[in-house]
Amino acid sequence: MAEIQSYTMNFGPQHPAAHGVLRLILEMEGEVIQRADPHVGLLHRATEKLAESKPYSQSIGYMDRLDYVSMMCNEHSYVLAIEKLLGIVPPLRAQYIRVMFDEITRVLNHLMWLGAHGLDIGAMTMFLYCFREREDLMDCYEAVSGTRMHATYYRPGGVFRDLPDSMPKYQPSKWRSQKRVDALNAIREGSLLDFIDAFTAKFPGCVDQYETLLTDNRIWKQRTVNIAVVSPERALQLGFTGPMLRGSGVEWDLRRKQPYEVYERMDFDIPVGVNGDCYDRYLVRVEEMRQSNRIIKQCVDWLRANPGPVMIDDHKVVAPARIEMKDDMESLIHHFKLFTEGYCVPAGEAYAAVEHPKGEFGIYLISDGANKPYRVKIRAAGFAHLSAISEMVVGHMLADVVAVIGTQDIVFGEVDR
Amino acid sequence: MTSLIPDFIMERWLSFWDVLTPLTQFLVGKTFLIVFVTVCVILTVAFTTYFERKVIGFMQGRVGPNRVGPLGLGQPFADVIKLLIKEIVVPQKSNRFLFLVAPLLSIVPALATWAVIPLTDTLVIADINAGLLYVLALTSVGVYGVILAGWATNSKYAFLGAMRSAAQIVAYEIAMGFALVGVLMAGGSLNLGEITRAQAGGVSHWFILPLLPLFLVYFISGVAETNRAPFDVAEGESEIVAGFHVEYSGVAFAIFFLAEYANMVLISALTSIFFLGGWASPFEGWSFLGESNLLRDPGFFWLAAKISFFIFVFFWLRATFPRYRYDQIMRLGWKVFIPVTIVWIVVEAVMAWLQVGPWSGLAG
Repeated sequence: MAEIQSYTMNFGPQHPAAHGVLRLILEMEGEVIQRADPHVGLLHRATEKLAESKPYSQSIGYMDRLDYVSMMCNEHSYVLAIEKLLGIVPPLRAQYIRVMFDEITRVLNHLMWLGAHGLDIGAMTMFLYCFREREDLMDCYEAVSGTRMHATYYRPGGVFRDLPDSMPKYQPSKWRSQKRVDALNAIREGSLLDFIDAFTAKFPGCVDQYETLLTDNRIWKQRTVNIAVVSPERALQLGFTGPMLRGSGVEWDLRRKQPYEVYERMDFDIPVGVNGDCYDRYLVRVEEMRQSNRIIKQCVDWLRANPGPVMIDDHKVVAPARIEMKDDMESLIHHFKLFTEGYCVPAGEAYAAVEHPKGEFGIYLISDGANKPYRVKIRAAGFAHLSAISEMVVGHMLADVVAVIGTQDIVFGEVDR
Repeated sequence: MTSLIPDFIMERWLSFWDVLTPLTQFLVGKTFLIVFVTVCVILTVAFTTYFERKVIGFMQGRVGPNRVGPLGLGQPFADVIKLLIKEIVVPQKSNRFLFLVAPLLSIVPALATWAVIPLTDTLVIADINAGLLYVLALTSVGVYGVILAGWATNSKYAFLGAMRSAAQIVAYEIAMGFALVGVLMAGGSLNLGEITRAQAGGVSHWFILPLLPLFLVYFISGVAETNRAPFDVAEGESEIVAGFHVEYSGVAFAIFFLAEYANMVLISALTSIFFLGGWASPFEGWSFLGESNLLRDPGFFWLAAKISFFIFVFFWLRATFPRYRYDQIMRLGWKVFIPVTIVWIVVEAVMAWLQVGPWSGLAG
């Protein structure tokens, strides 16, 4: 009798469910997975090395491009690390703006995850519903930073600029009549805060809509319940963080356990799962969207009532206003120095971590006192999660691999760096 | 028809027609009919793709095609032209002959089954007595196209798709067959025309009422047979990329596509005929609708309306549900559908024998 060999399949890097450039070597018996071997590095861009060759503030843009679906959270971690080394604290209003945009980013990320996870499991409509709401949040990014994705909005010492009083608007075109444009612009007439306020009012209804399609759907449950169960102990051993850890029932959230910015002033709950399967992780993330919405609402209310500066007034770190620069010799010198050689950071090391939508995202920064970092180490949550993929999929079927990749919420910009 | 053609042409035509022998008349007439029905089916398929994209677009908050022609109605033709001028790439390690034959094997049964579908009371290409068996036989042959395509491609993704498809068809063919046994018992004939005529006399005579579970099983099995969402594991976009047709391009791909949609229209037509009275009007016998009009009279219009409804349901399912896993489909087929159909056949037989409720008029 011929020797029976297991079936080796190359899953990716060009595969519709590979979430970018994942290459998985699957060993299967029939459709049952015996071993999964993830190959990483296809999107390696040497971010850490690049950051070592530039003044501190010029690497913020690279951080956006790490996890390209939760841009501002990456920036946040990097900026926090620089601030720790410099020993500066941004003004309170800037901290609120950062918290608000962190949560907007979390919703952006979870919407992307929900859409992609749904699409992987075959619920195509979810993808488009999620992108409908993402569009609004992208407009918030556009309003504050001018770009819809790679914002570079957080700066050491605060944020780039205060929240604008007007929103970008739609223009009529051959395919979109004035009437439709007016309807789309209806909530864009006021300031950014009005817009976000209107969004927080409608968003819980949108989440209800997603849940109607999925949460009690028998097929969705059959595809996710008891798939890739991770026990709480094992999740800790594997270095899981974020929703992956909370899905297994460990209540660990940096926003609570090691509060940064103004999170200790916020009122929100931390959802945790019970069984540690894909369905629990789905429920945790959906509930996180609702909680983020609550935090955004609290920030909007505070920001409305408390105007003030959004940058510290230290021109050794923060560029002076353009009008001052044109007017005042000293400001011009500051401007020139900042945009040519940047600022020197005292020698030392700092680790700053934020509760990124995917887990703990940390930057470990070593400074030797120069204007460039001596070493930047990025701790990305996705890398630890991907390392566990073999353990999570063994014994499941090929179709479940797709569900597991979805539930891990992997983005290769972050894993490969 | 006569009013559309001037009398003198008609007379010439008829005199020419009378000269022919009956055999030639038969051959010419049937050939004309076959070409006519085939072209109609292909056109229907073309607009079904347009309809699908518009319907799903609407459900997903998009607009769907709107660039080619008014309202995007030229889109199906643009797609056809695009696919026609593409190269058919045959993978080097594939079996070239089987690779090219496979698409034909899936389109031929999809179109040939239309031979026994009664479009109206009189319009049917082949009014054969074993129509039901013919339908069952041909829909089973369709799967060979899928299996051969998956095998001949010599790709692991395609191979998995073919295996899944084969297992799925075996499971659902049985459930489908049993559901049709129920229809056969109710209609007392294997002829599709006779089955439809047995349902004449208003909604209460349609088989959907006494055979409701069989109707559901039949339609869901039909969705599974045509490899449509949520049972599209043979294609499984996000798992095995495109399954059996992963390496097909150009016209070869277009033919698979055509076959899938032709099967969808076919299943819709069969469901309408078996359970919803085919060409019968739901308002039959409603005197206040007037003497004789489109709404009250049975006719092709009603069959088309029912087919359109079922096609819409196909799209609706696709926009709503996630995809089943392959073993879950098997479980649903073997452990749910087959027992349900067997039980209901027994129930139907007993009820019809006792002449109770909606079962009282059944032949069996």
